[in-house]
Amino acid sequence: MSLLGGKTFAHGIHPPELKDETKDLPIRQFPFAPSLVIPLSQHIGKSAAALVREGQEVQRGQRIAKADGFLSVSMHAPASGVVRRIGLTPTISGRMSPGIFLEPFPGSTQEVCEGVPCDPATATPEEIVTAIQQAGIIGLGGAGFPTHAKLKIPEGKHADTLLINGAECEPFLTTDHRIMLEHTDYVMDGVRIVMKATGVKRAIVAVESNKPDCAEALRKAIPQGEPITVEVLPVKYPQGAEKLLISALLGREVPSGGFPLDVHALCVNVGTAAEIGMLLPHGAGLQERIITVGGPGVKKKGNYRVQIGTPLRFVLETVGVEPDVSRVFLGGPMMGFAASSLDIPVTKGTTGIIAFTEREMGGGGAPKRHPCIRCAHCLDACPMFLNPSMLGRLSEGRHFDRVVSEFNLMDCFECGCCTFVCPSHIPLVQLFRVAKSAVRKAKAKAT
Amino acid sequence: MSDLNQTLEIRSSPHIGSGHSVESIMFNVVLALLPVCAFAVWEFGLAALLTLGVAAGSCVLTEHILCRRAGRDTTVGDWSAMITGLLYGLTLPPGMALWMTAAGGVIAIVVGKHLFGGLGSNPFNPALVGRAILQAAFPVAMTTWPAMPEAKFTSLPSATLAFPFTQPTYDAVSGATPLSGWKFERVLAETGDLLLGTVSGSTGETCALLILLGGVYLAARKMMSWVIPVSILATVAVFSGILHQVNAERYAGPGFMLFSGGLMLGAVFMATDMVASPMTPKGCAAYGVLIGALVVVIRVWGGMPEGVMYAILLGNAASPHIDNLIRPRVYGTRPRKEAS
Repeated sequence: MSLLGGKTFAHGIHPPELKDETKDLPIRQFPFAPSLVIPLSQHIGKSAAALVREGQEVQRGQRIAKADGFLSVSMHAPASGVVRRIGLTPTISGRMSPGIFLEPFPGSTQEVCEGVPCDPATATPEEIVTAIQQAGIIGLGGAGFPTHAKLKIPEGKHADTLLINGAECEPFLTTDHRIMLEHTDYVMDGVRIVMKATGVKRAIVAVESNKPDCAEALRKAIPQGEPITVEVLPVKYPQGAEKLLISALLGREVPSGGFPLDVHALCVNVGTAAEIGMLLPHGAGLQERIITVGGPGVKKKGNYRVQIGTPLRFVLETVGVEPDVSRVFLGGPMMGFAASSLDIPVTKGTTGIIAFTEREMGGGGAPKRHPCIRCAHCLDACPMFLNPSMLGRLSEGRHFDRVVSEFNLMDCFECGCCTFVCPSHIPLVQLFRVAKSAVRKAKAKAT
Repeated sequence: MSDLNQTLEIRSSPHIGSGHSVESIMFNVVLALLPVCAFAVWEFGLAALLTLGVAAGSCVLTEHILCRRAGRDTTVGDWSAMITGLLYGLTLPPGMALWMTAAGGVIAIVVGKHLFGGLGSNPFNPALVGRAILQAAFPVAMTTWPAMPEAKFTSLPSATLAFPFTQPTYDAVSGATPLSGWKFERVLAETGDLLLGTVSGSTGETCALLILLGGVYLAARKMMSWVIPVSILATVAVFSGILHQVNAERYAGPGFMLFSGGLMLGAVFMATDMVASPMTPKGCAAYGVLIGALVVVIRVWGGMPEGVMYAILLGNAASPHIDNLIRPRVYGTRPRKEAS
């Protein structure tokens, strides 16, 4: 916590916010693409198991794949249509993954089919957790961790505070901003349902100070005496990272390799809370989500409700792009993943689609790399207090044992602060990813 | 409808940057040094201009030739050789034989920088390496301050143009520098004169105010660690203040110690060489205290009147060890065990 300017974490950076172009645009329904692809693995954990055959007709909202094991969630049809085939689709991770190819009926009214409602007033915590898994809800902030798994508190652990993450610290993205403004009641319903499911006695909704309208709307939605508060945090990246949010709000440090529950905290994204509040009372499933489409390469920027499975190509063709688009990525510009193909579909974890042109935002080749001059800007930026300069040097030299044992590489969550500030333009995060995957592979081999 | 069939560029995140580059940082250091250089020329005339020009020119040219010989793109454009050249020139007596100046510039870049692997790999400040070797090779020339002729903007002291590999001859020598005056004759210069730089000394070692101004500019733009100069100067002030209290006859006061000789230039521009200084604020503070203490020890008890150069070089040598010992506690971990 800092003495000046409110609660926050130590270090971090101030990238340009770049939210002005879309933050005031209301959420609008995006058109249905002529064909959709629903990857069976959109979350961390085991893929869902398909429940449909090729050629089968499905209704929008119908469950088309079921959770396979505890760390897995259901999938629902994003449109009424015909299952054309079940096969491999490219995904943002770069791997091909099995998916359900769906062709929506062109003339359909696209009514949503609902399932068994879960009434939060009468449901037991176990029933709520199961309903969340049935609804196919995963963390909508981008990490893709199944929400029900987070809310199922293991024996012997307890949480005292629920943090609702509305920081939205990534540049460009304004989906959480719009959700908090337009779906305030759903957010609050979701918060109450999660509190009931977990038995947590108080909740804090955290918003960055660049969204005063959201803080006001949320405060209005909380009746007197309810143990839910709204905290406005200074704008700083990566404020929305779970561990740092906990540090800022509760002054607790999640131990290395541990989880928020180790310090009795639970974090849920506002978008996730809104979906819980929206879907559970209807027994509906997550089959669309709100996405910011923006960046200098996009003509009709905005916040859209897009069907899961909509290919990037369809999204970009519909909004229109500049002729010299050179880079497209999913998520924000700090942690988002570059798309290698426009056939990749929007998934539950997609927070935004950002397109850069060659003219702007450094398209046209990586900037010239220099040797590390030990300026220490990366050390001053790293919110985990790592030494990215040293980690980069050792990772590049393939000293994988030292990066882990001596310099705590595994505590890096790839927020990108170090690379953002590096005047030598060393691709530090990329080096860390390579090193981490090598370390994981070596570990897997050893066991 | 736009054509979306072009090739997409794939890069690892983050997809945006701060816009800072090595070039922009180094260029700003050059900018911060310009007033100091300009003052030196105003004070010492043509001799200072030539000293600085030859120092900078020899460094930049050497850098360029070395890169080309190694078959790499020239790194002259990153401005780091320029900084080395200017800093090195500022430590020399104005009007020193130009062939010696040039030789030192070549040494600074070859021995101080490229022998270790070029930018980013030099354990010592290259400008000081050049100066140190020159000091060993030409001790007399390095500590003789030629008197400037009357028409300082149009003529030179005779030593300046000494034929390469010959000893320069001096037609006149200026008064003692404040430090040697104090060390050998117990004459104390006025602190006001020191601040404004109207005293004898090396090309850039004289005007403390302009040096501080450059430092404040760089620190404000976050292109320099302010911890280093502050801790060096504070250490010198406290240490010399204590000595002065003990025996005012024998030990000069903190005002004199701070503003005389190369301390300001060294603390603000030399010790802060990013490559050769520690990376954490705590490490920088330890490094500054070490250098400050060494400066006072060498000045007071050493055989030479000035000790900034050796103090910084020793500090440079210690900085990897400081970084090794002083590490920030990683988020979510316990404090590091001793000697792990």
